[in-house]
Amino acid sequence: MTNPAPSNILPGLRLRQRFPLLALILERFVLSIVLLFAVSILIFGGLEALPGDFATTYLGQSATPQAVANIRQDLGLNRPVTTRYVEWLGNAVQGDFGTSWASKNSVSEQIGKRLGNSLFLAGFAALISVPLAVGLGMLSVHFRNRMPDKIINVISLAAISLPEFFIGYLLILFFAVKLGMATFPATVYDSMGLVERLKAIALPTATLVLVVLAHMMRMTRAAILSVMSSAYMETAELKGLGAFRSIVKHAAPNALAPIINVVALNLAYLVVGVVVVEVVFVYPGMGQYMVDAVTVRDMPVVQACGLIFAAVYIFLNMTADILAIVANPRLRHPR
Amino acid sequence: MNDYTKYLASRVTAGGLSRREFMGRAMAAGITLAVADKLFTESAEAAEPKRGGHLKLGLEGGAATDSKDPAKFLSQFMFCIGRCWGDMLVESDPLTGAAVPALAESWEPSKDAVTWTFKIRKGVKFHDGKELTIDDVVATLKRHTDKKSESGALGVLGSIKEIKADGGNLVLTLSEGNADMPLLLSDYHLVIQPNGGVDDPLASIGTGPYKLTSFEAGVRATFEKNKDDWRSDRGYVDSIEVIGMNDATARIAALSSGQVHYINRVDPKTVNLLKRAPNVEILSTAGRGHYVFIMHCDKAPFDNNDLRLALKYAMDRETMVQKILGGYGKVGNDFPINSTYALFPEGIEQRVYDPDKAAFHYKKSGHSGSVLLRTSEVAFPGGVDAAVLYQESCKKAGIEIEVKREPGDGYWTNVWNVQPFSTSYWGGRPTQDQMYSTAYLSTADWNDTKFKRPDFDKLLLQARSELDEAKRKDLYRAMAMMVRDEGGVILPMFNDFVNASTKQVKGYVHDIGNDMSNGYVATRVWLDA
Repeated sequence: MTNPAPSNILPGLRLRQRFPLLALILERFVLSIVLLFAVSILIFGGLEALPGDFATTYLGQSATPQAVANIRQDLGLNRPVTTRYVEWLGNAVQGDFGTSWASKNSVSEQIGKRLGNSLFLAGFAALISVPLAVGLGMLSVHFRNRMPDKIINVISLAAISLPEFFIGYLLILFFAVKLGMATFPATVYDSMGLVERLKAIALPTATLVLVVLAHMMRMTRAAILSVMSSAYMETAELKGLGAFRSIVKHAAPNALAPIINVVALNLAYLVVGVVVVEVVFVYPGMGQYMVDAVTVRDMPVVQACGLIFAAVYIFLNMTADILAIVANPRLRHPR
Repeated sequence: MNDYTKYLASRVTAGGLSRREFMGRAMAAGITLAVADKLFTESAEAAEPKRGGHLKLGLEGGAATDSKDPAKFLSQFMFCIGRCWGDMLVESDPLTGAAVPALAESWEPSKDAVTWTFKIRKGVKFHDGKELTIDDVVATLKRHTDKKSESGALGVLGSIKEIKADGGNLVLTLSEGNADMPLLLSDYHLVIQPNGGVDDPLASIGTGPYKLTSFEAGVRATFEKNKDDWRSDRGYVDSIEVIGMNDATARIAALSSGQVHYINRVDPKTVNLLKRAPNVEILSTAGRGHYVFIMHCDKAPFDNNDLRLALKYAMDRETMVQKILGGYGKVGNDFPINSTYALFPEGIEQRVYDPDKAAFHYKKSGHSGSVLLRTSEVAFPGGVDAAVLYQESCKKAGIEIEVKREPGDGYWTNVWNVQPFSTSYWGGRPTQDQMYSTAYLSTADWNDTKFKRPDFDKLLLQARSELDEAKRKDLYRAMAMMVRDEGGVILPMFNDFVNASTKQVKGYVHDIGNDMSNGYVATRVWLDA
């Protein structure tokens, strides 16, 4: 009876021993929440430190001290920072981001619409770019150092070297102004049908695809190539497996982890990093919404956008980590 | 056709010039009778409006934070949208800037200009079918003058002491005489709403030519024609779509590909490229907005009038207009008024670039060492370039300017009105009185040159209640001279409003009141198939 009773083992440890995968996922999840909390402090603090406040910025040159004082009083800007932070976080956790100071509309409602637009554009771009990038990556491995590989590389490198607004302007110039075949501006609105909507986002989608393609494609290529040099790939070759089949069946699954990582990173970019593309194509997404709000110091909107952007980033990174663990059993038992 | 006859023809097209007036002026300009006659007929034919069609505008200035409440209109986008669905009591004449009737049929001041009686138009219906009453008018003005109001017109209406209905008339009592009262009511915030918009400020129900059918802040607004409009000389197109486009290149692309009919804010740097597009017309209107270099009169070294004069003479205004505005503007004369204002004081000598005079006054001021000028791109487009240009022209007069580029974010809070020498921008105001009261009166909140002169204030108040136009003009002249020769503002240029449309757009009125045909562009133009 010298062995400790099983109940004395820490419950967390037991869980970890029995279900290593689940424990890892839970750990990541908790870490993400803590991270998000830290980000919320950063966002709030950062905004407090910005020069100028809402009342003066919003009214600009037409402000009178009376109007400024009225607005400050109305919004409770005279209260201490900590009180406002706690109140804001409490509501945000329940999904209530308050009302915009400038337009008096519900921020959650507005974000619902804007985030929907952003996700629609990002999703559509991802739907095209991810399979295309992975496919092209495999193709260039298959033809490595031959003509198709070189062509794919040069084109994708050229696309990634140009700033996205420039690609956007080029596409607008050729397809909207010169040829008149694409819809521009890409403004979408509530009463728009799906077909019309897809037509409207054709050019911004093409821009985004060109921007993210090279990154994912080259990572796929590099990852698969590094697997290709391992011994079991040689075996596959020796036992007479076709070149393309050995890439798809044996190399690709083992190169999955880095590919998932780069895909997640690019997906995050597609949602939170496309401000410039939204502005160029006049697309009403989250980025544009946040920029407008920063300009007039519309704090509730900026805070909500910041928090949502952070959440998207953290969530995608977490998903990438978890998927990488699932794809690679060795990662499940960290020493 | 030279510029002057082009201008005359455009005034005929806009309906501002009769046949007799046109022929007289055209022939005085050396045009033969036959040519003048043909010109008039062509211009008058162009003036025959066509009805119908769907007008699309691509406008800069919209933001997700825009409010539908007229009291909080700030952006260009909302300014233009408000003009589509709402009416004010008074409008300003597009060509002269004088007050003309709108929902107020006529008005009458008391002898001292303290009490104003406005007769309100009968038989006007709101979009919801309710008839406009005097109570709606009173409620609207009360909402905007409430001390707790966040209205953008609060400052303009500060002198109104009492608002009441007297029979069918609106009676305003002011704390002091103001001859410009009717013009102040043309402010774009003062849209007359049912019960003053107290119940639902965001309802967008007005008496204007179009009804708002959908609205998404900063993105898009659509309108349909108000079939019960009380006026027939506006609202020619069937429906309007206003799209927010904050990217200058996007606006140009949308216009040249024919996706929109009209865009605002064409960058002077690219206007010559846009001109080459076959279906595009550049619409440039003289405006009241001006770019300024402001010196604080109460801070060293700018508290010395010789130094101020030296810096004024060292400004090369012509080059500024050419280089910074691309020629789309007029030179300024160091006071904030130009000929687009009613009662503009004519005949004041134009100050020109004179390095010798600048050097003379600089020496007399006794100042030595460099002068620090703060600037930013947000002060006005090309602000940094203008500062560097100025640095060059000062060098020739032996004055050393140190240019400091400040971050655009927070410029209006940390630099403008705070630092003693900086670049800035002023939009125009409906009246000279308002312009001076906002920025040159000793007690003005935004007296950004710290120009504090009791004798100037006295003149301003005297002019405000003076109903005799000739006397007023003299007073304004004296004030202009004071600001020009002793004030702290270097005013190199007035910028034109540069917009552009496709050639289908006809009847565009070059309104001196404000940008985009004083916001009325959508209600004034028609589409030629």
